Amino acid sequence: MNGRVRRTRAHWAAWLLFGLPILALAIWAIVDNDRLFFTTFLNSLTLASLYFLVASGFTLVFGLMRNVNLAHGSLYLVGAYVGWVVGDYTDSWLLAVAAGFITAALIGLLMQVVVFRHMQGQDLRQTLVTIGLSIMLADVMLWIFGGEIYTFEPPKWIYGSTVLPIVAKFPTYRISVFVMALAIGLALWWFLARTRVGMMIRAGVDDRGMLAASGVNVQLVFAVTFAIGAGLAGFAGVVGGSALSISPGEDTRYLLASLVVVIVGGMGSVGGAAIGALLIGAAEQFGLAYAPTYSVVFTFVIMVLALAFRPRGLMGKAA
Amino acid sequence: MSAAYWRRAMNIAPSKVATRTLVAPSPVAQTAPDAYAHSDAPRWLKSLWTRLSARHVLVALFVLLYPFIATPFFTYQVGAQALGLGLIALSLTFLGGYGGMVSLAQATVAGLAGYLVAIFGSSSMATISLGWPWWLAVPFAVAIATVFATLVGWLSVRTEGIYTIMITLAIGVAFFYLTQQNYTLFNGFQGFNQVFAPTVLELNFREPVPFYFLALACALAGYFFVKMLVRAPFGVALQGIRDNPRRMHALGYHVNAHRVAAYAVAGLMAAVGGVLMVWYNSRISPGTANVGAMIGILIIAVLGGMKHPIGAFIGAITYVLLQNFAIDAIPGFRERFNLVIGGVFLAIVLFSPDGLLGIWSKLRLHLMKGQSPTSNQRRLQ
Amino acid sequence: MLNKRVWARSMLGAAAAVALAGPAWSQETLKIGLLATLEGPFAVPGQDSMRGADLALKLKNGMAGGKKIEFVKVSSDATPDKAVSATRKAVEQDKVQIMIGPLSGDEGIAVKNYAKSQPNITFINGSSGAQATTLSDPSPNFYRFNTEGAQWMVGLGEHALGKGYKKMFLISEDYGFPYSQVQGFMASYCAKGGKVVDKAWVPLGTKDYASVIAKIPKDVDALLVVLGGSDAVNFLTQYEQAGGDKPMIGGSITVDQTVLNFKGKRRESLLGTASAGPMADSIDTPEWKKFVADYKANFKDGFPSPSLFAYLYYINTKATLDALDAVKGDLSGGQKAYREALQKTNFKGPAGDVKIDSNRNGVGTTYITEVTKAPDGSFYNKVVKSVPDITQTLGLPEAEFKKMGLGSRDVPDCRK
Repeated sequence: MNGRVRRTRAHWAAWLLFGLPILALAIWAIVDNDRLFFTTFLNSLTLASLYFLVASGFTLVFGLMRNVNLAHGSLYLVGAYVGWVVGDYTDSWLLAVAAGFITAALIGLLMQVVVFRHMQGQDLRQTLVTIGLSIMLADVMLWIFGGEIYTFEPPKWIYGSTVLPIVAKFPTYRISVFVMALAIGLALWWFLARTRVGMMIRAGVDDRGMLAASGVNVQLVFAVTFAIGAGLAGFAGVVGGSALSISPGEDTRYLLASLVVVIVGGMGSVGGAAIGALLIGAAEQFGLAYAPTYSVVFTFVIMVLALAFRPRGLMGKAA
Repeated sequence: MSAAYWRRAMNIAPSKVATRTLVAPSPVAQTAPDAYAHSDAPRWLKSLWTRLSARHVLVALFVLLYPFIATPFFTYQVGAQALGLGLIALSLTFLGGYGGMVSLAQATVAGLAGYLVAIFGSSSMATISLGWPWWLAVPFAVAIATVFATLVGWLSVRTEGIYTIMITLAIGVAFFYLTQQNYTLFNGFQGFNQVFAPTVLELNFREPVPFYFLALACALAGYFFVKMLVRAPFGVALQGIRDNPRRMHALGYHVNAHRVAAYAVAGLMAAVGGVLMVWYNSRISPGTANVGAMIGILIIAVLGGMKHPIGAFIGAITYVLLQNFAIDAIPGFRERFNLVIGGVFLAIVLFSPDGLLGIWSKLRLHLMKGQSPTSNQRRLQ
Repeated sequence: MLNKRVWARSMLGAAAAVALAGPAWSQETLKIGLLATLEGPFAVPGQDSMRGADLALKLKNGMAGGKKIEFVKVSSDATPDKAVSATRKAVEQDKVQIMIGPLSGDEGIAVKNYAKSQPNITFINGSSGAQATTLSDPSPNFYRFNTEGAQWMVGLGEHALGKGYKKMFLISEDYGFPYSQVQGFMASYCAKGGKVVDKAWVPLGTKDYASVIAKIPKDVDALLVVLGGSDAVNFLTQYEQAGGDKPMIGGSITVDQTVLNFKGKRRESLLGTASAGPMADSIDTPEWKKFVADYKANFKDGFPSPSLFAYLYYINTKATLDALDAVKGDLSGGQKAYREALQKTNFKGPAGDVKIDSNRNGVGTTYITEVTKAPDGSFYNKVVKSVPDITQTLGLPEAEFKKMGLGSRDVPDCRK
């Protein structure tokens, strides 16, 4: 009984310690320039949506298969480039999005079935293989597509700006990215919580051995999970590439963002990925708006703090 | 924990120590009789004669005489660079191969040491550099970089094994952005130029031959240090922790303390390597410790083989040679260097996880089918 | 059997004779090192820079100073460490006597420092445009025939004032090259009464400018945008999406060919953006037109028009070769005569006169341009004005320039 009281007190202390200064800073910022504050807030939602899309696939693969897929960023970029080619050929943005998803999912499926299935249990080796794959994929894409910038053409009805209170004009596309991420997040939740395969995935994240012991075709579950995770990255590639263009360094950027989001949010937890993405997106955008010089370092400082105080992440399960 | 305690723990229950060690201390029986048992030579000389083989002598001779047979370019750009990079990769081999923790932050530690040498010593940025003499700047730089490595270790051991790669990668990138954005201390994007190696006792270490020998001395020190450490109680305990942390914990070892200590040792080696590299390049900038460099060190360590300290240097020499001369040999390769090195790395991880050393040992087993297996195993150490 | 032996021996003898006689047949060859960025995302500009250098050599029929010239091509990946490694290989391993390169600013500073350790080799710049290469701690054997980043923006300040932009807001990347560009712009803009009310320095690699856009004050007349490549495209797209409508003045690489030709829909909002640089696609002189024609004739796989890097490498290579002609290939005596010839080199290049000042830095022409639509619908930079003879002191008296110092985050400053 005492332990519980102590834990709740520590909980409150943490909330106050971090929450009060942030609240104070927020009030000061709103008074100072409310347009800037709310624009930044909305932008952080957009960025968080992108990060969530990419990181949710990463955390699923990590949580279930203990495979740190460092080629995740490359999958993002591959989906983006292939989506661009399809979009350019068919003049349809929606087809580009679908193409990005499918291509990345296929490559992910191939990776799991051809390579990783034979390295079951050798987590480190799998990770090294993903590093090698990411280096090669990055160079091949550089070879084929060069160092130029590629942008997408989303349909007119989600392009342009909407008028919102306080903020005045805000890009419609960014609102739609947020809506898309919300939809996908809900779809993922429904998939994991309400379908059989989802149940198997969740069980596998908790205890891989028991899942195999209970007669489930674990390899099939792995393949499906990897395909979904990779496909999400490719989907995010087209969606993110429409908000911010695609160019060679993007794969490393999104990989690092996924890493930080997953470390902060907790591995294997899609909900954790959402929370981590919100935190990191907010840190980056507010940092860029109010303290641009070190904004990028802020995200890593948050990560270090999270590791120091909650090594498993905010919603991580026991390792 | 005292050394006596370690020894006692090992003697009491030798079977509990992990069997899958890289170095086999006692289980391998000495089948060959001691050829020098009746000789009058002192004991250290006898032990040297039994351990050394023609191979060791040849390699030692080659490495010592190399600058006198090779051109200054080869001595400096190939020899010294390979030794410097090899030392940093050695820290990763020690940490990853013997400790089971693959840390991508070794290049970061090396970069920090290089930056500190530039900040404490003299460089082109007179407003930032303190201008201390080298014998003050270098020890401080190495010490602070080692403390940083210990901190990284402390952060990384708080979670499971594979997490280490993610966390160290993220820490390394944070350091990169810090050095890129900060102008008061790290001079941002430009970094520091004209960070020159000192002239000590009339030996100008900016010259190829003296610098080569300096790098060689550091590399040999690192190599023998690692070899000695993995046979010492600390090293054997570390390998035990790599193989089965739970058992070691049950035995009474403080698992996390051992791991953090391993990070500190690896950090020390990487810091010395970093000082060598900043003197080699005479400059340092954020790009020296960016993601490419971090992954490059990993590639070097895996390429050579993480099972033996020499693997780091073999990997480094291969990497440096490829970088410098493959562009001449294969047309069109110049631009696709990353593709080829990535492909080689992938091939090694897929087919020969022990790297080039693994390929070499398999070849030797193949060729020496006649001899007894145990005598081969002795040689492989 | 005997026949075979005789045959083999006579073949060997013939081969030896040819080998010994070989050198007597060929002319003397002079090796010149050529460094460009052929790896990484800068590979495409790097390839074009090699084309520029090759063109200069081709127009001289492969000879200079009475000797056959052979380029030893080495590459880097835009990092200074790799640039020095590649240069060291060319100088110490391949034994070149003259070295041309590198491509980017920071590589230039690193190569200049290396040049100090090789006093007997002459180093000539490729296209690097950092101020510090020749202004801080220059090397007596490093020559730069092109103008640098700050010089490229001189004259744009007056043009902005001429258009009525009295108050501007700066959005720029946070590193050396933009610092010099901003200094070049502000040197005359501030002196003639303009105000840059605030500077938003964005970390290198930022893609999301939404927060910066939200910070733009309502009462500025125009934006000064000094971003490069993909960052510029992102900014322009996001600015339009956020409903922004202020006119823009761009840095030298903000609205250049790569940005105007990016793979996506051209934004009408780009039209009219002013910029400045050492050359422009639409220069209307016979020399420039001949340069473009030569480029197109010799390189079927090149761009529709030579890029900035092709032009810069071309003039530096041509200066190298012209000076060799002037001394008839004499590189003896620590290349003393050759270096004097380099100092005196002065020719009419495709985009204006090419010559250097006493600090061995280029003095050249800057072209003010505006983005215009061509009849076929594509965008290009139309030359509006050309400002000749710009030195590194950016039009200010030397003492005043020295007091200002090199460009940085806070230098120069004219907020009020």
